[in-house]
Amino acid sequence: MSSIKKFLYLNRKAPYGTIYAWESLEVVLIGAAFDQDVSLAFVDDGVYQLTKGQETAGIGMKNFSPTYSALGDYDVKKIFIEKESLEARGLTLDDLQHLTWEDEDDDYAEKDSIRVLSRQEMAALMDESDVVFSF
Amino acid sequence: MKFAIQINEGPYQHQASDSAYFFTKAALDKGHEIFRVFFYHDGVDNASRLTTPPQDDRNVVERWAELAEKHDLDMVVCVAAAQRRGMVDEGEAKRNGKDATNIHPRFRISGLGQLVEAAIQADRLMVFGD
Repeated sequence: MSSIKKFLYLNRKAPYGTIYAWESLEVVLIGAAFDQDVSLAFVDDGVYQLTKGQETAGIGMKNFSPTYSALGDYDVKKIFIEKESLEARGLTLDDLQHLTWEDEDDDYAEKDSIRVLSRQEMAALMDESDVVFSF
Repeated sequence: MKFAIQINEGPYQHQASDSAYFFTKAALDKGHEIFRVFFYHDGVDNASRLTTPPQDDRNVVERWAELAEKHDLDMVVCVAAAQRRGMVDEGEAKRNGKDATNIHPRFRISGLGQLVEAAIQADRLMVFGD
């Protein structure tokens, strides 16, 4: 197959209310089998996808938020949150799940997957990506 | 240039499918290649052969089918998204014990791997949606 591309999954929508977030996660999980250079970005209401303590019984929806913590096992190690989007919603990193991955080359040390980027840095990330999946 | 097209919205409710159609047609007219058109989310509804718009409106499904016929386009409907939304071809009907089918024969049902592969193979992935 051709060389490795930089894939960016751009998540822009709240986890519930529409199906975009869940069906985006399905693409990420399938795409993990293709050995590309994968990044996930969360902007706008997309930052709500990673909030911890989600409770969906009241709306009768499946709570798929635990799946995000499995991303490290799928070798998805680069997760970017836009600072401005967090701040606009009164959220901080402490409101989000703590996502990690295990570094085989470093005695399986647990490392943080999430990095907060400014809007400007997020724009640069999009610019340098080969493929942007927008959800 | 080689394009992959992803459509995330259903027909008539949203302009995404119309925009994707005109983009695809223009790209082909300019001599570009369309590696694959992939229908995801409510975009799978673009593949219903039962779609029957009023006579004075465009027929989004037939229009895609005709373009695909003319240019031998590969038009893929995501199986998981299709199953959720009751979009069924003969194979899926048999497998799931359904008594009817509604996928237009010019479209085919397949998995999300087809979307990821298209993004790898194409020079550009164009996403049409909200």
